[in-house]
Amino acid sequence: METLTLLAGGFAVALTPLNIGLLLLGCFAGTLIGAMPGLGPVNGVAILIPLTFAFGFDATSSLILLSSVYFGCMYGGRISSILLNIPGDEPAVMTTLDGYPMAQQGKAADALAISGVASFVGATVSVIGLSLFAPLLARMAIYFGPADYFALYILAFVTIGGIAGVDPRKTLLSAMIGLMIASVGIDPISGIPRFTFGNYHLYDGVDPIVALVGLFAISEILVLLEKKAADRTAPIGITSWLPDFRTIWMTRWAVLRGSLVGFVSGVLPGAGASLGSVMSYSVEKQASDKDGTFGKGDPRGVAAPEAGNNAASGGALIPMLSLGVPGSGTTAVMLAMLISLNVQPGPLLFERQPDLVWGLVASLYLGNVALLILNLPMIGLFSRLMMVPTWALMPIVAAVSFVGVFSISNSVFDLEMMIFFGVLGYLLRKLDVSLVPLVLGLLLGGDMERNLRRAMSISDGDWSVLIASPISIALYVLTAVFLCLSVWLTMRDHKRTQSRVTEG
Amino acid sequence: MKIVTTTSAVFGLALAASVSLTAVPASAAECIAPSNPGGGWDFTCRTIGRILSELDLVEGNVQVTNMPGGVGAVTYAMVANERPADADLIVATSTVGVTQIAQGRYPAPIDAMRYLAMLGADVGVIAVDDESPIQSLEELTEIMAEEPGSIVTAGSSGAGGWDHIRLLMVAREGGLDSLGDLRWVQFDGGTDAVTQMMGGQIDVVSTDMGEIAGFVDSGDIRILASLSDEPIPAFPDIPTAKSQGIDVTGYNWRGLYTGGEVSDEDYNAWVEKLKTLYDSDNWQEAAVEFGLVPIWRGGAEFEEYVREQEKAMADISRDIGVIE
Repeated sequence: METLTLLAGGFAVALTPLNIGLLLLGCFAGTLIGAMPGLGPVNGVAILIPLTFAFGFDATSSLILLSSVYFGCMYGGRISSILLNIPGDEPAVMTTLDGYPMAQQGKAADALAISGVASFVGATVSVIGLSLFAPLLARMAIYFGPADYFALYILAFVTIGGIAGVDPRKTLLSAMIGLMIASVGIDPISGIPRFTFGNYHLYDGVDPIVALVGLFAISEILVLLEKKAADRTAPIGITSWLPDFRTIWMTRWAVLRGSLVGFVSGVLPGAGASLGSVMSYSVEKQASDKDGTFGKGDPRGVAAPEAGNNAASGGALIPMLSLGVPGSGTTAVMLAMLISLNVQPGPLLFERQPDLVWGLVASLYLGNVALLILNLPMIGLFSRLMMVPTWALMPIVAAVSFVGVFSISNSVFDLEMMIFFGVLGYLLRKLDVSLVPLVLGLLLGGDMERNLRRAMSISDGDWSVLIASPISIALYVLTAVFLCLSVWLTMRDHKRTQSRVTEG
Repeated sequence: MKIVTTTSAVFGLALAASVSLTAVPASAAECIAPSNPGGGWDFTCRTIGRILSELDLVEGNVQVTNMPGGVGAVTYAMVANERPADADLIVATSTVGVTQIAQGRYPAPIDAMRYLAMLGADVGVIAVDDESPIQSLEELTEIMAEEPGSIVTAGSSGAGGWDHIRLLMVAREGGLDSLGDLRWVQFDGGTDAVTQMMGGQIDVVSTDMGEIAGFVDSGDIRILASLSDEPIPAFPDIPTAKSQGIDVTGYNWRGLYTGGEVSDEDYNAWVEKLKTLYDSDNWQEAAVEFGLVPIWRGGAEFEEYVREQEKAMADISRDIGVIE
């Protein structure tokens, strides 16, 4: 009951004309920024921070603006994933797996609608979780130690095996390349540069967004350059302009499962939206890929990761607000801004500044509704993008990629890196190696390694620390179950194909 | 065709949004933050830039440029090679930058730049969980000296980073000789380390006060000592290490440098402007809001301080084997 009273107070704060205006502006700008290859929520939020200072907004209004950009980016990231096979930001990588095949089958409108609705449900679930349990969940998350995080990443990596590609050896190869790239840069634990070849530009490691734009956008352009002119001018047919609501309803369980998994990943500080969408996708694939349709345009393969990454971004606000620990890169930037606005996130924020916290929560509820309303009518417009002939589209993608990457750090070196990754991505595609495990290795590898080494420093080199806590044991058991299940599924599919062959 | 136009309009709009960061009116002075927007160096440049123009110490606005890379090394190399004599350029730095130089991680030595001033500092503290049996700094230094392997310490820097080094300075002052025996765990931030301590994973945290002040207010952690000359204004009850017989200070100061070939005249003019800025209410308020304690060291005095700090860090880094 107390929560409802506080929430009502929050709505009163959020419903001022200024805050509603900022909310709508943030949602709109966020969707655009998220849709651009290279520009993700971190950049969106960082771009708008000087603006909030320039206009002198108070902390609550600034936070509402930035959070709506954050959520808007999570919505927008899926658009280019589905239509162009180019993820708009890191967590949207998983959406390419089934989203792009759907678009190629002419079901772009369906895919966009499913992802929009899934994003809405995921975000709403997480905001409800945020308003009901934030302080409680934050208290529980602190018992997650380095060894437990390591077990969590092991679980994530094991499930990657089942995600993409036909040949497990190629999946492994791709993930290994990702892990190797993740180890470039100054090692934060020992302070020693690794694989930097004395080049200072490599000291901070490889920016995942630069690698992502190179691997997906630039390699896409290279692949297209190779095709015959006739192929390039033929746009993909669209079977329907309007989304089919039965398809959306079909994904309801995928959306709910994805939301829960994503939310839990988001609450754990440091795990974030990328892990959320990975885990949601793998869980969904294990749970419902009975006919091997995942990866070939299954609507549930779009719904689960989209619900997951939006739920995770809401979940990530919990450790940020109630512990002052950022759950993702974006929340880290928001945290820095809060501190400079003289707001001290931490255990007392909910008591000391209830207006700010509940105003934010209320604006998230409103923002989600606004995003859904804003996004659904735009489906028709966005899916028409598929009709733009590639000769016109690809130069725009190239220009946007270069400007987007350059605007992050004003560095020509990053552009060179992007081209390098473009060529790498092109070569791997030619070899039929899926790029998704590579990106996941790159995104998750660093944290996995650091948590292993933290656990090792705590135990002074005793490996038994890894299975010393009930949390990590539970996670390893889950990992084993996943492994057995996927082996069993593969065997069964194999038998089926064989029996079909013999029958034929 | 209409569709193409709409699409490009959408892209164009977003492009404009991304470019607007750099579209600041041209002006003489430029401050480079060697990091992404949002961090401490970015705050230094943006706040100092804003106040410099508010006080009319510079013409027009100060342009703030973000040049992340190599924990400041990319910017250091650029200034040393391309703009060593540019008197309009100032660059944000801090204890972190000096640590990197001390450990040979910048492409040029400390003498390649002229250090202007420090304007404020985050104060280092040593914290334990509120339920920890360790009650005072004396008890902690005793444990560290006699059974260094029995406790796990942590902070927001890696081995040989500033959080680690200042804890080792305390441990050495308290009688620990083989500094490598103390276990150290790196976390991504001070609050990460504190929450892991609350979860029972580690025993002691050494980090900046600003980031973890919320946990002191809530009573989740206990601060054994602040590594400052005077008690922190916002927490007058927390004793300094000095008052407990450990003569160590551990400021994480925020300051600025300029190119190594800037003339004495221009150098002194900058120091003077920064002193005026430091004395203004604008800066005193902004610093406190960001969790800093305003502290001034400028000109020759600051040059000397930076060199002393570099030497102390290099010594400890050698002792723990981070450098040879």
